[in-house]
Amino acid sequence: MDGREDQDDVPGHRWFFRGMRQIVSIPATILMAAFVGFAGLARESGVGLWEAILLAGGIWALPSAVVLVGAVQTNASLAATFIAVSLSSFRLMPMTVALVPVMRNERTGRLTLLFLSHFVAVTAWVFGMTRLPDLPRSARTAYFAGFAITLACAAMATTAVSHVAAARLPVVLAAALTLLTPLYFLVSLWGAARVSTDRLALLTGVAVWPVFHWLEPEFELIWTGLAGGTLAYGAGRLAAARQARRRTAEEASA
Amino acid sequence: MSLPDNPLTWTYHSLDTWWWPTVFILLAGFVPNDLWRALGVVFAGRLREDSEIFAYVKAVATAIVAGVVAQLVFFPSGSLALSPLWLRLLAVASGFAAFKLARNRVLVGVLAGEAVLILLWVLVVGVPDRPV
Repeated sequence: MDGREDQDDVPGHRWFFRGMRQIVSIPATILMAAFVGFAGLARESGVGLWEAILLAGGIWALPSAVVLVGAVQTNASLAATFIAVSLSSFRLMPMTVALVPVMRNERTGRLTLLFLSHFVAVTAWVFGMTRLPDLPRSARTAYFAGFAITLACAAMATTAVSHVAAARLPVVLAAALTLLTPLYFLVSLWGAARVSTDRLALLTGVAVWPVFHWLEPEFELIWTGLAGGTLAYGAGRLAAARQARRRTAEEASA
Repeated sequence: MSLPDNPLTWTYHSLDTWWWPTVFILLAGFVPNDLWRALGVVFAGRLREDSEIFAYVKAVATAIVAGVVAQLVFFPSGSLALSPLWLRLLAVASGFAAFKLARNRVLVGVLAGEAVLILLWVLVVGVPDRPV
């Protein structure tokens, strides 16, 4: 148990509302800025209002949505688009595997998890991995659902409004909005890392990405994850083993 | 408009009907994305948060997100692509340094990185006035 029984009797819908309230937060604001940019890109590429909203809510992971807009722009075939989107969204699989054990409790059903997995994308994943471990286990599913569903609806609304308004932002402003996303991912994941392996994985991921971009541009993210993650995990294990050995040596000499 | 026989070769613009772009997005966008997510739920199975496999999968997923960060900085889309690469790298590095100096405060890191990008670009490098 989590040793936080005092919070366990707060009913689920209260946690759902608490999750919803996180729509007023730095990560949510940054993501909405990113969707303003996405709506502009979709409109310029000849994607209509309804289709842009469907892309935002139906795909939800922004990089995959951008890949699909690129396919519309270059008039790519259905099969080629499917392959390109599959490659860009493969990363959602290990991300979901990592989030599920953090998010669920004994009563969370398979169907609930399948439904909530639709809302896995980088922003919601970072939010879940960083915030949920501080909550009692019984609260986590409802809290994540409240946040992620609200976030997706807000992103669809932002896409709709931006597509209709079609405001062309000044270059510097648009660029600054685009830079928000990598900046935020980097510092928030670093700040939330609980073990050195996770911080190492951030470093190795950034470090090996250029190598795989050059060697294997089609599968660069998959290889970056496998190589960077394995390196970080191995180094983390070594560091932990060395620390344990030092501790036993100190105990023996004391 | 004449159609090629194999629907797999149809593009977003192949059919001049209201529903085809929607079907195209569902088949080529929604299906692969949610298939990977569903597989993630299946593979997570009864995996426990304190297991070694979980620690490994989390490291892989974190490295993938780090790769996304690198991609967004090296090959950004839209207006950010008009800025020089060294400026983007400097902005992210400054943001990270400020974040560490401010004892891991996320907002400080984000604002510092943004300030470096905007100020150096406007005052030193010069911003091109036409977006691509």
